[in-house]
Amino acid sequence: MEIKKKLLRSSKETRQDKLGKGISYLSIGFIILLVSLILYFIISKGLSTFTQNNVNIWDFLTKQDWSPSSIGKDGKPEVGALPMIITSFGITILSAILATPFAIAIGIYMSVISPKRGRKFLQIIIEMLVGIPSVVYGFLGLTIIVPINRHLFGGTGFGILSATLVLFVMVLPTIASLTVDSLNAVPKYLSDASLALGATRWQTIYKVILRAATSGILTAIIFGMARAFGEALAVQMVIGNATLMPKNLITPASTLTSQLTTGIGNTVMGTLGNNALWSLALVLLLMSLVFNIIVKMIGKRGSIK
Amino acid sequence: MNPKTTNKIAIGLIYTFVAIVVAILVSLIGYILVTGVPHISWHFLTSKSQSFLSGGGIRDQLFNSVYLLFLTLCLSFPIALGSGIYLAEYAPKNWITEVIRTTIEVLSSLPSVVVGLFCYLLFVVQMHIGFSILSGAIALTFFNLPLLTRNIENSLKSVSHLQREAGLSLGLSQWKTITGIILPAAVPGIITGIILSAGRVFGEAAALIYTAGQSAPIIDYTNWNVFSSSSFLNPMRPAETLAVHIWKVNSEGITPDANLVSSGSSAVLIILILLFNLLAHWIGNLLYKKMTSNF
Repeated sequence: MEIKKKLLRSSKETRQDKLGKGISYLSIGFIILLVSLILYFIISKGLSTFTQNNVNIWDFLTKQDWSPSSIGKDGKPEVGALPMIITSFGITILSAILATPFAIAIGIYMSVISPKRGRKFLQIIIEMLVGIPSVVYGFLGLTIIVPINRHLFGGTGFGILSATLVLFVMVLPTIASLTVDSLNAVPKYLSDASLALGATRWQTIYKVILRAATSGILTAIIFGMARAFGEALAVQMVIGNATLMPKNLITPASTLTSQLTTGIGNTVMGTLGNNALWSLALVLLLMSLVFNIIVKMIGKRGSIK
Repeated sequence: MNPKTTNKIAIGLIYTFVAIVVAILVSLIGYILVTGVPHISWHFLTSKSQSFLSGGGIRDQLFNSVYLLFLTLCLSFPIALGSGIYLAEYAPKNWITEVIRTTIEVLSSLPSVVVGLFCYLLFVVQMHIGFSILSGAIALTFFNLPLLTRNIENSLKSVSHLQREAGLSLGLSQWKTITGIILPAAVPGIITGIILSAGRVFGEAAALIYTAGQSAPIIDYTNWNVFSSSSFLNPMRPAETLAVHIWKVNSEGITPDANLVSSGSSAVLIILILLFNLLAHWIGNLLYKKMTSNF
């Protein structure tokens, strides 16, 4: 009996393994639970505008008047989020367009032109740019960029242009560091072969290295756009926060994130004004998922090649 | 155009672009330091902030930032360590692991304002915790988890597979191999990761506005009773951090010297974050040398 018990009992090692597995499964389970909770709460709260307050989803996405606390012409509160959606996309795309050439230049410099000293130096520059907190970027935008724009173009200086310039500096390190990784991943024999055929350095970079790294660079740009789209405080400080349809780049506008940061504290939980803000948060969440899906799709296409 | 000319122009352009970026960074850091450092004084660092008068300091905000950072790391490190071990050591190669990885990627790409709002909804409103350091620390934990997890996973994965085999062949359990052999070897990478994430957490504000709150109530630095509402250690009190303070005085505040206060605070923030980065590199190198010279 004693012997049987002893033989059937699990060893000390097995028990240790069980404990260890338990701990690590628990932690990973916690993260999964957390993400599902975030999705559940934001989605259910974001949809309440449409289920409880009977706002038409299509109206929400296409109407241009945002004043959830007052009644509009047709007897319903006006919750048209189009201005915010357009502005958010606008600053995201503009800042990505502006930052990409610089990021690619940095990438080429670090991986092709000066892979030793220049690389180390620029690595520090990128890390420092990443390290500057977003409120500090916002403050710098407020004290440097906004006055310059006011001086050059008149008006208040707040607006899409200022936000784009601030975001340009903020997404630059994100795009640059991922671009460097993808350029470094290009096999050396490709560029060697091209140079051996008598191609100039630029021809090699442009026709071989950049082509081979295209999917990686696209991923980098999407990550940069995701960061720009979700950036809240820096944008909120320089964009002027007027929920108007953007007509040009230098009048005040408002993004999804800036509307959220200014609005949540000023509305009462459960009212339409508050629910409409949660719907904006839902749009943000969905867009962040879309960016993720695009990255996955680019990765798949890149790996087939 | 002849290819050689194109080559020259293109390479010249690359140099110009790189120079512009370097110039931008140098002027940004320079601007912050030149405008901010003269405002940093002992008085600025040790007096409390003012809403309506000039001459306010950042004592409470600075302490809140540090305290919040400490709590965040205490909360996020164990979970990130467990998850990192799972992903690096236990995770089988199948679709479930794929789903888990995607989940972590989703969490890391969520805008911090969305994470903050989720915590506001769940902890501040539904669980009635209110604006508090605890809510803020939880929000920052969620914001910090994916990066720290990925960092720990990579540090563990970079340890040679031979060491795992050696541990197992000695009859150690897998868990003992991980905690006794793999983890110590991965420590330099993990420490570097923690310090870098500390820098990120230190500067984060969007997730805190609606969780840790935007007010700095009067606190008593001699009261060590954690449960007393006036104690500086009480995690249930609202706490404005340095980063939130910069945002607040610029967007809503009516402080007359908002500009000076924010330059000073920005400079303090930047200097601390640069120190974090330097420390991360330094400790990483030091530990790496120590670990490798023993072998």
